Amino acid sequence: MSKRIEVNDLNVYYGKFKAVEDVSLTIEPRTVTAFIGPSGCGKSTFLRTLNRMHEVIPGAYVEGEVLIDGNDLYGPGVDPVLVRRQVGMVFQRPNPFPTMSIRDNVLAGAKLNNRRMSKGDADALVEKSLQGANLWNEVKDRLNLPGSGLSGGQQQRLCIARAIAVSPEVILMDEPCSALDPISTLAIEDLIEELKRDYTIVIVTHNMQQASRVSDRTAFFNIAGTGKPGKLIEYDDTNTIFSKPSVQATEDYVSGKFG
Amino acid sequence: MSTGTPRVIKARVRLGDRVFSTSTITAGSIIVAILAAVAIFLIAQSIPALVAKAGTLPNAASSFWDYVGPLAFGTVWAAFLALLMATPLSIGIALFISHYAPRRIAQVLGYIIDLLAAVPSVIFGLWGVSVLAPAVQPFYVWLNTSLHWFPLFGGDVSGTGRTILTVAIVLAVMVLPIMTAVCREIFLQTPRLHEEAALALGATRWEMIQMAVLPFARPGIVSAAMLGLGRALGETLAVAIVLSPALVVSFFLLTSQNPSTIAANIALQFSEASGVGVNALIASGLVLFVITFIINAIARAVVNRRRAFSGAN
Amino acid sequence: MTAVASGRMVNSLTTGRLPRGSVWMLLIGSWVLLGLVFLFVQLSGATKSFNLVGAIFLGTVLFDVLIFVISLLVEGVRKAKDRLVTSLVATAFIVALLPLVSLLWTVVQHGLGRMIQPSFFSMSMRNVLDGSGGVVHALYGTLEITLATTIISVPIGLMTAIYLVEYGRGPLARAITFLVDVMTGIPSIVAGLFAFALFALLTGNPGFRSGFAGAVALSVLMIPVIVRSSEEMLKLVANELREAAFALGVPKWLTVLKVVLPTALPGIMTGITLAIARVIGETAPLLIASGYSDSVNFDLFSNRMMSLPVFVYTQYANQGSIAEFFTARSWAAALTLILIVMLLNLAARLVARIFSPKLGR
Repeated sequence: MSKRIEVNDLNVYYGKFKAVEDVSLTIEPRTVTAFIGPSGCGKSTFLRTLNRMHEVIPGAYVEGEVLIDGNDLYGPGVDPVLVRRQVGMVFQRPNPFPTMSIRDNVLAGAKLNNRRMSKGDADALVEKSLQGANLWNEVKDRLNLPGSGLSGGQQQRLCIARAIAVSPEVILMDEPCSALDPISTLAIEDLIEELKRDYTIVIVTHNMQQASRVSDRTAFFNIAGTGKPGKLIEYDDTNTIFSKPSVQATEDYVSGKFG
Repeated sequence: MSTGTPRVIKARVRLGDRVFSTSTITAGSIIVAILAAVAIFLIAQSIPALVAKAGTLPNAASSFWDYVGPLAFGTVWAAFLALLMATPLSIGIALFISHYAPRRIAQVLGYIIDLLAAVPSVIFGLWGVSVLAPAVQPFYVWLNTSLHWFPLFGGDVSGTGRTILTVAIVLAVMVLPIMTAVCREIFLQTPRLHEEAALALGATRWEMIQMAVLPFARPGIVSAAMLGLGRALGETLAVAIVLSPALVVSFFLLTSQNPSTIAANIALQFSEASGVGVNALIASGLVLFVITFIINAIARAVVNRRRAFSGAN
Repeated sequence: MTAVASGRMVNSLTTGRLPRGSVWMLLIGSWVLLGLVFLFVQLSGATKSFNLVGAIFLGTVLFDVLIFVISLLVEGVRKAKDRLVTSLVATAFIVALLPLVSLLWTVVQHGLGRMIQPSFFSMSMRNVLDGSGGVVHALYGTLEITLATTIISVPIGLMTAIYLVEYGRGPLARAITFLVDVMTGIPSIVAGLFAFALFALLTGNPGFRSGFAGAVALSVLMIPVIVRSSEEMLKLVANELREAAFALGVPKWLTVLKVVLPTALPGIMTGITLAIARVIGETAPLLIASGYSDSVNFDLFSNRMMSLPVFVYTQYANQGSIAEFFTARSWAAALTLILIVMLLNLAARLVARIFSPKLGR
């Protein structure tokens, strides 16, 4: 249940502005890949192109190709809705649907697509997803309460449960811990460790330690200055990036000498 | 691959998406159609009055413009007087709610002012004619006798108090809530930093308001006034009930010979009108529409210019 | 310089200040003084009754003058100006309250007695020549016309708001935004004239009046209000929620229908209720498009139909031989109308509070 992502010569534009230039990389199945880099270097933008969420922003478009197991996301006739069912996403700030209970939040993906399922199947899916997000024990007694009543860390794990309930192949995480306290962050990091047995995970983070703790491979993005497009500087095993990177800029950034 | 043009991706369009977006566009288009219909019907029904010969129009008017002129004057004059009273009052009330009253009760005070907006206009008319007019009439007599030299207070004083000044007071009370709401909104948006900067210079609260709040809010106040003006121009029954109208163009505030307004004239004459008379009333409605449209357009232009300056959104 | 400054240990940061509480004492003192003045006026026979409104108004004005003068003497010119503005601003608020209180009091005073008579809510005005008679026909008319208006306006207004927020780009969206603004400014009597002209043409009968024509006129007034308030509420829905739904592979229309709309629903409901409250008191368009009658008429599409605000107006304007009967009915109907509008406003606030989804419990 996981797929290989191949990106070839990808450029991302916001209208006339080129936000990301010429990125090519390959992400292996069942790995955790971390994107690091300074603010505004295009790593979140690039992440969004992996499930076409950048199209939500008016005027954004890409050139190049993104292949998931050989299928081009940007090929003719590709439905972004189907892409997003295969490539799930977790956002910076936890965003459970405020009008729905915890249970309905988990089932949201299935329910919102008007899929009918029996109560037994639904219960099983809720339990499996919440188990998968390490949240089951904390919320099993209050599945019918609003999701917005949970703590920030619990909400974020609820969002992860919601994402895996539609059984995607890939999960994208855009700074999933930046709005959380250290203990909740640890819980999410443990969860990522477990999730990688089944899913391909791509995570954007500003936290070097987090990148070195959870990821197998790390990609470093950088920009030459404001108004210039972001570029992929280096992409290698996480150990290599953090111990002996081949590019000076990478070393400066990971060792905190950046800027 | 480095061409500057976006690659168009043709995706299968879902049936649900197509149905839904089409129906929202349809709803939007209905609004366009309604407004077009309003304009077309009013214009079509106005034409007979516009081309009518002398003698066929009501009030022995020589042409439509002769007919509508005094009414248009009365409309603008009453609304102007109302605005003259309502603008300072609503700025005061809005300041009171936004900067003077304690936080806890400010919201309640806002509700109370909103209650005024909830009272239907016909009831304002009843109140105006049966409570306000008799109450202010002795005061009018006093103004008329002691300040007779002042042009606006001249003429023969009304015995009932149903004058254009009373109408203007009622209109002022009626437009107060909307104007207060807009002003309050703007005052609350004053940047905290500006206010604190003024206070840090040792300003009293009033000096702070002069320095930080009012300059920031000036365009908002103008648009609030224009909104109030638009409402006052179109107000019908409160005027129809309170005013004792005559066919005059007069600036006297206290007499029983008052210019009527377009809206009140329509309400009072419509049930008895026939033939070209109906067309004349509809045409006068069209004139009213155009006047309010211009006023609202000015208000919108002022607001939009402010938006460009403030940098918000 | 001042009384306080003559103390032995003068802190250079203090200035003359009015003692605490003196402001309130001054205000109450001014009211009492003017109250006494008006009492004397009344006792001397110049006026029939005690003028409470005048006493409070002139008392407040006196207070404004006094506070400025006293503060100028004690505290200096800057502080005096500040106090003057403070009291003027409070005066403005009191001045706005006076008509509200006076109006509500008058309506209750004149209307309550007639309203609680059994005939008022059980009879129409058909063949009524004495002091009985009631508003049944007007209540049915108001109910039907308002319902029809809501049924026409809400779908159009809400869908347009969705179009503007979720889909609207380019010239059509800009045109609609502009036209909604224009529509907001249409005077109510013009909406009535439009409905009249429309139905006169459709039926070929310039005397045609019906409840439905009234509903069309009111819809012209209600649609822009609903578009504005719904648009405002839809914009408040966080983009993160839309993105969360998209990321689950949900098509756009289902995202709007099942995520955005439910989240914005309480606000939209509040807006609709307030719009109804505003439209239900409209008189002029109904006077022209629906006319007035004395009998119950359930058929929206033919014949004149009475409504509550028009009832208030006609009972006042077309008084019969015994005027008291008519004015009493008019005030009673006015009270009924105010109660309905206030209830709707209250309901709107309750809807906003109860169905707000943010709370965890």
